[in-house]
Amino acid sequence: MATKSLKAQQSELSNTQRQLEILSNGIFKNGQLPTFKQKLKEHTLPPIQPKKLSILQINIGYMCNQVCAHCHVDAGPDRKEMMSRTTMEECIAVMETNEIETVDLTGGAPEMHPEFRWFVEQIRERTSVNEIIVRSNLTIIMANKKYHDLPEFFAQHKVHIISSLPFYKRDKTDRQRGSGVFDQSIKALQKFNRVGYGKKGTQLQLELVYNPSGAFLPGDQMALENDFKKALREDFGIEFNHLFTITNLPISRFLDYLIASENFEEYMHALVDAFNPAAAKNVMCTNTLSVSWEGYLFDCDFNQMLELKVASKHSHIRDFNAIELEQRKIQLSQHCYGCTAGAGSSCQGSIA
Amino acid sequence: MKKEYYNPEDLKKFSSISEWNKELGDKFFDYYSSVFKEGHLTAREKSLIALAVSHVVHCPYCIDAYTKDGLERGIEKEEMMEAVHVGAAIKSGAVLVHGVQMMNRHDQLSM
Repeated sequence: MATKSLKAQQSELSNTQRQLEILSNGIFKNGQLPTFKQKLKEHTLPPIQPKKLSILQINIGYMCNQVCAHCHVDAGPDRKEMMSRTTMEECIAVMETNEIETVDLTGGAPEMHPEFRWFVEQIRERTSVNEIIVRSNLTIIMANKKYHDLPEFFAQHKVHIISSLPFYKRDKTDRQRGSGVFDQSIKALQKFNRVGYGKKGTQLQLELVYNPSGAFLPGDQMALENDFKKALREDFGIEFNHLFTITNLPISRFLDYLIASENFEEYMHALVDAFNPAAAKNVMCTNTLSVSWEGYLFDCDFNQMLELKVASKHSHIRDFNAIELEQRKIQLSQHCYGCTAGAGSSCQGSIA
Repeated sequence: MKKEYYNPEDLKKFSSISEWNKELGDKFFDYYSSVFKEGHLTAREKSLIALAVSHVVHCPYCIDAYTKDGLERGIEKEEMMEAVHVGAAIKSGAVLVHGVQMMNRHDQLSM
């Protein structure tokens, strides 16, 4: 398993233009498969338009203690990009002056940012944001003594935890996320349970994220949730609230894997064949904005990784203009099929 | 004309059989999708049965389809291989049970 990001390896696929070319050429250029825009037209669906903004997803840096094989961020220990305090203040200013329901903090491992705790505290103290989500990879909690008390910190600030656990067995989890990840994740989940996360009668929400460990789509979210709950309870005494199934989008490291394993075309066929118009109406880019570590705005975290900034006159958080942003056109490419396949996919799981 | 009898691309064209007989094609696909819905057996159990049968009837399209279906449902490789052995055991048992017919015939014809 790779221990360096594509960027550190100077891989061709660390170039986002190259990724966009791959997503637009070949089977999409020769007409074998319709482009995402053509597919919307085939189903007489209108262009995807933003609705009222409710979720601000902030990527505070690409540094991570893991180098997962499917990571769309290309995160890892060698990624040094981190949001400045100034940009964090600009994000808070937007939360203070706009009705933002949810702030969703992601990375990398967001907990590794030196200002992470300060940022969470400031959002709670200075804004009326209802929900703060932290996307935790779990192993960071066990990685260093300075992170051991994070579950207590999260509970104190009523942070909603969404954590990746690709499977309830060691083998598949470690193949996707690295050797030893499963055991450390289990220990972290047990710590979360001890402070009340995922337990009945507490308000402390603990969700798990399942994404397929290979070139296939996720199965039924409810059936998988039942399997996860049964296995984790019986084997480790772990409780959690919900399982979110997320489709791997064909960008960055997962695109690299698809090409190297000669699965790219078959995977794109599977995504296109599974296009669901109902999911297309509820894609997350209609109510979410993604903010990069530099403060730029994107329609979603995937577009951020493809460097497709919002199609708006102003594209930086310091120039945030809700009315202007609601008029924008969402930037689409063939990776968008990942959010509309089957029951659909979003950072909150299936959508149809 | 291609030289291979089996082409993975043909699986994607399965639904085209309805083009030459829509009524029967539609009936088949309706029946097929009903069979695989959750019932007294779970969809997961049905997927494993389908995988075992796929091997017994030597259908490469079905093996591709139900291996992928199993992965999507979180079925593990150990469960898949056990299902294949169930199919293989029935298939080999079906061969061997004819050995009794052979024995009967042998004894009938022998002094």
